[in-house]
Amino acid sequence: MIQSLCTVHNVEQVAENIFVLTFISPHIASVTKAGQFVNIRVAEGVEPLLRRPFSVCRTEGECVEIIFNVVGKGSSVLRKKQSGDLIDVLGPLGVPFSLFEDDFDTGVLVGGGLGVAPLPISTATLVARQKSVSTFIGSRSKRQLVKNHLVNVHVATDDGTEGLHGTAVDLLKKHSDEYRYRRPKIFACGPTKMLHAVAAFAIANSIPCEVSLEGPMACGFGICQGCPVELVGAERKYALMCKEGPTFDVRRIRI
Amino acid sequence: MYEGYESDMITTSVTLAGVQFKNRVLVASGTYGYGDDTIELVDVSKLGGIITKSLSMKPRDGNPPPRIVETAGGMLNSIGLANIGVHRFLTEKLPFLRTLDTAIIANIAASSIDEYCNVLDALEAEKGINGYEINVSCPNVKEGGLSFGTNPTMVEEITRRLRSRTKKLLSIKLTPNVTHISEFARAAESAGADALSVINTLIGMGVNIHTRKPMLSTVTGGLSGPAIKPVALAKVYEASKAVKIPVIGIGGIMNANDAIEFLMVGASAVQVGTANYIDPGAGIKIAEGIRVFCEAHNLSDVGDLVGSLDAKTEFSAISSWL
Ligand SMILES: Cc1cc2nc3c(=O)[nH]c(=O)nc-3n(C[C@H](O)[C@H](O)[C@H](O)COP(=O)(O)OP(=O)(O)OC[C@H]3O[C@@H](n4cnc5c(N)ncnc54)[C@H](O)[C@@H]3O)c2cc1C
Ligand SMILES: Cc1cc2nc3c(=O)[nH]c(=O)nc-3n(C[C@H](O)[C@H](O)[C@H](O)COP(=O)(O)O)c2cc1C
Ligand code: FES
Repeated sequence: MIQSLCTVHNVEQVAENIFVLTFISPHIASVTKAGQFVNIRVAEGVEPLLRRPFSVCRTEGECVEIIFNVVGKGSSVLRKKQSGDLIDVLGPLGVPFSLFEDDFDTGVLVGGGLGVAPLPISTATLVARQKSVSTFIGSRSKRQLVKNHLVNVHVATDDGTEGLHGTAVDLLKKHSDEYRYRRPKIFACGPTKMLHAVAAFAIANSIPCEVSLEGPMACGFGICQGCPVELVGAERKYALMCKEGPTFDVRRIRI
Repeated sequence: MYEGYESDMITTSVTLAGVQFKNRVLVASGTYGYGDDTIELVDVSKLGGIITKSLSMKPRDGNPPPRIVETAGGMLNSIGLANIGVHRFLTEKLPFLRTLDTAIIANIAASSIDEYCNVLDALEAEKGINGYEINVSCPNVKEGGLSFGTNPTMVEEITRRLRSRTKKLLSIKLTPNVTHISEFARAAESAGADALSVINTLIGMGVNIHTRKPMLSTVTGGLSGPAIKPVALAKVYEASKAVKIPVIGIGGIMNANDAIEFLMVGASAVQVGTANYIDPGAGIKIAEGIRVFCEAHNLSDVGDLVGSLDAKTEFSAISSWL
């Protein structure tokens, strides 16, 4: 984890209301693992006050990409960044997906909405490790669909404008023959409701599964205690999302 | 001596109740963990001091999520004093803290006066802690959960009981959620406190109008950050006028200018809280900024700023502006 002023390379619109910001950080680009995040101070003043966490979407050379929806104060400021602007970035933070373990042969990537954020970097790792990859992504409509840098992608949209008329979880179930007998492990990111459904499916079918969670954070690295995640049957009630997550084995937590 | 820190002949260090602080900027309880989470990022030994997260006798899980929410120029929190408990602190955190060249102040939280005493006794038995800060903004189980800190008799009794058990620096951290903080300042002083830490968070709340749910799981929480600075300044001013012991100013300090305001209204030192989340090096930058300000104003000692406010009217607890 380092804190540094990084130069914005560019901000590019990739879908309706969805932008990719690329910044330059040789350190973050070289050490970040899939599932980790960066905490960005979007403005120098006090509005917005807190940093905003973003999953690292992709790294290439010295560049780091994040992808975001413009929904509020922080993201509205970020979308207006110009190439050459400086942003204060803290990272990489958090525990990555366990893509480096050998307990699986097929990485099953599931992303709902902007939950696709950590999938490109995950794909790159899986491909480099010569794992098979099956990817299932869902969005509200074709206009919000982002499938760059993914492989073997199945698409669902809530309004049926592209791919399956349904959700990423529907896809995951429908295409289970594609991965079921090939030592799968699911890595999912998206809205809580979706993660809940993915976890239920994974547990019911005895498929190992990790999810990447999202929630309010003040610091992003453990000094505020602001980001509890409820644990299942442990001696402790909560883990910290920022430090012990944001990725968790679904059997450890209550989503 | 702290010669290395008397750069350009400006005295930045201060001794409060026998504890030497290399500068007057400390990091506030609950905003720096146990001092070991930021070592990759900053040289924490450059801080005047580190106040630990509030420690209770047993570990505390804390409140359910959501525990934090951002507000205009501030944030609300309802952490619920989540901490590892005094024993794990002593075995897992204190050995590291001892290696730091900065003052270590243990903050204590409890749900009974006996618990305050027991936590202090456990800490008192170990080397490496320079003093204590007592968080009295805790629910008193015996009184049905009413905060100790809103009853001056309780504040006095806690202070007296703890004073009899330690000779180390004892600072009582007052809550701003009272009508006259001066009453509480005097209560703590009369019972033997060495210093006062002013202020803890202000009670606040927020509502999600789409779900009609409160923003925090506990409905209300504590407001901190730049939004509370004017309130904090007025409380520090009031408290410091009421007592002779030093007051440590806290509340919304984001930069050196904010800190200097606190020193001018009467704080002998300051604590930086919420700013650490945004910039873990904030405290160090603020200490340096204060030094630079003194240099520019030909002051030889940062202490010359303390209480240097040039106010036309005398302080009155009955608000003269009404
Ligand atoms: C570990 C982690 C990783 C994250 N990764 C990403 C990422 O890769 N891409 C990304 O876009 N965001 C990501 N987020 C969320 C991100 O940090 C911000 O919360 C989000 O950008 C909104 O911030 P804002 O300042 O624009 O909105 P705010 O001003 O904070 O909020 C404005 C309104 O939008 C609502 N809102 C907040 N967050 C969201 C959201 N995610 N979707 C819809 N509505 C929301 C709020 O409830 C509020 O009503 C991540 C969060 C965490 C904790
Ligand atoms: C998330 C959070 C946790 C805190 N935890 C504690 C605590 O455990 N004990 C305590 O005495 N004060 C605690 N505080 C209060 C701060 O120490 C400080 O008094 C307050 O936040 C005002 O300062 P600030 O505006 O600079 O943050 C906490 C504050 C925040 C924001
Ligand atoms: S966000 Fe501060 S501890 Fe997790």
